[in-house]
Amino acid sequence: MPQLNQLLLVYQSQWFWLAVVLAAIYFGIGRGMVPKIERVVEDRNAKIAADLVAAERARAGADAAEERARAADLAARAAAHEVTAAAKAKAAKDAVARLAKADAAIAGKLATAEAALGKARKDALANLEAVAAEAAQDIVTKVSGASVTAAKAKSAVKAVFANA
Amino acid sequence: MAAESKIDPMHQFQIDALSGGALDGTPFIFTNSALWMLIVLGAILLFMWGGMKRELVPGRWQAAVEMLTGFASGLAIGNIGPEGKKYVPWIFTVFTFILFSNFMGMMPFGIFEKAHPFTVTSQFSVTGVLAIISFSIVLIVGFWKHGFHFFSLFVPHGTPALLLPLIVPIEMISFLVRPFSLALRLFVAMIAGHILVDVFGYFIVNGINAGTPMGYFVSAISFVFIAGVNALELLVCAIQAYVFALLTSLYINDAVHLH
Repeated sequence: MPQLNQLLLVYQSQWFWLAVVLAAIYFGIGRGMVPKIERVVEDRNAKIAADLVAAERARAGADAAEERARAADLAARAAAHEVTAAAKAKAAKDAVARLAKADAAIAGKLATAEAALGKARKDALANLEAVAAEAAQDIVTKVSGASVTAAKAKSAVKAVFANA
Repeated sequence: MAAESKIDPMHQFQIDALSGGALDGTPFIFTNSALWMLIVLGAILLFMWGGMKRELVPGRWQAAVEMLTGFASGLAIGNIGPEGKKYVPWIFTVFTFILFSNFMGMMPFGIFEKAHPFTVTSQFSVTGVLAIISFSIVLIVGFWKHGFHFFSLFVPHGTPALLLPLIVPIEMISFLVRPFSLALRLFVAMIAGHILVDVFGYFIVNGINAGTPMGYFVSAISFVFIAGVNALELLVCAIQAYVFALLTSLYINDAVHLH
């Protein structure tokens, strides 16, 4: 086994070169490069964690904003509803008032018209008595040849009208 | 190759001086083992350098490097706790050095002559040093943090006083055996796998050279087998690196927290 046979001849050289190589790896790479690489990894992990936290915060903000918007929307809807209800009530009240006014006006007109009508009828009736009395005087004269005074005819007609 | 088709699976573990001279036991002689340690170091540097763009959104290479560093620091911090951050460089060093050495030893560069890979972790002079450093960290940290109270590591919780004379030596031996088991586990796993691959590789070559139907049959069987063994070896390479780093972090955890 060369490892045993040659041990005394090579161990110093082996140890010397091994020490050189191990020292280079330990100090140059293990203490020099590895911490830098590790720091890069740590920085990256920290950045990922920070980004995640920021994203989480942004999401919470968006949620809150959405909640606010929904609340504002609800409030606006309620306000609009109130306004329309008030307008509707006012319109209904106005309509009732106008209707009452119009009713009153119509009633007034109706009353005057009725009054006029009544007067006209009375006038017409009065004229009718006179015309009827004249006609009755003429008819009596023509039919019987008797002459009837105007006053008599008039009173007869009036009696008939009163019975009518 | 045909001239030296004698089966010699240990040859791949031979250390030679690249200058061509004889090994003389001095520290600075440059061997194939040293060369492959430097190649492993270069491969690790190249790999890590590709991940140093430090972009917010990592590319594939950067993601792979971050996976490696994240794995090492996950081992340290997961087993030791928040104090484990101090030990990340050593866990990382152990893990990457063993991982790259194991994989480098499995690379098929041997198809070019003189470029045969040398598996650094198949030398216990190397795995032993790794284990001794890990064990020294355990001892230093343990005595530094807890002083002589560190010896309470040998007394598990709730041991009846009657059993103490039995338990304490057992715990002590199991503690002292740790560096050896750490070093030998890796060394044996690597050497066994490479010998297996090498022996069956020789079977393929010798079976074809024999030229008989039986020879071709043995070659074909060996080829199928060696493909499976290679896949298994790649798994073992990663697992051994993981086990070494995991046990190191567990032992350090013992020293930091006692139990």
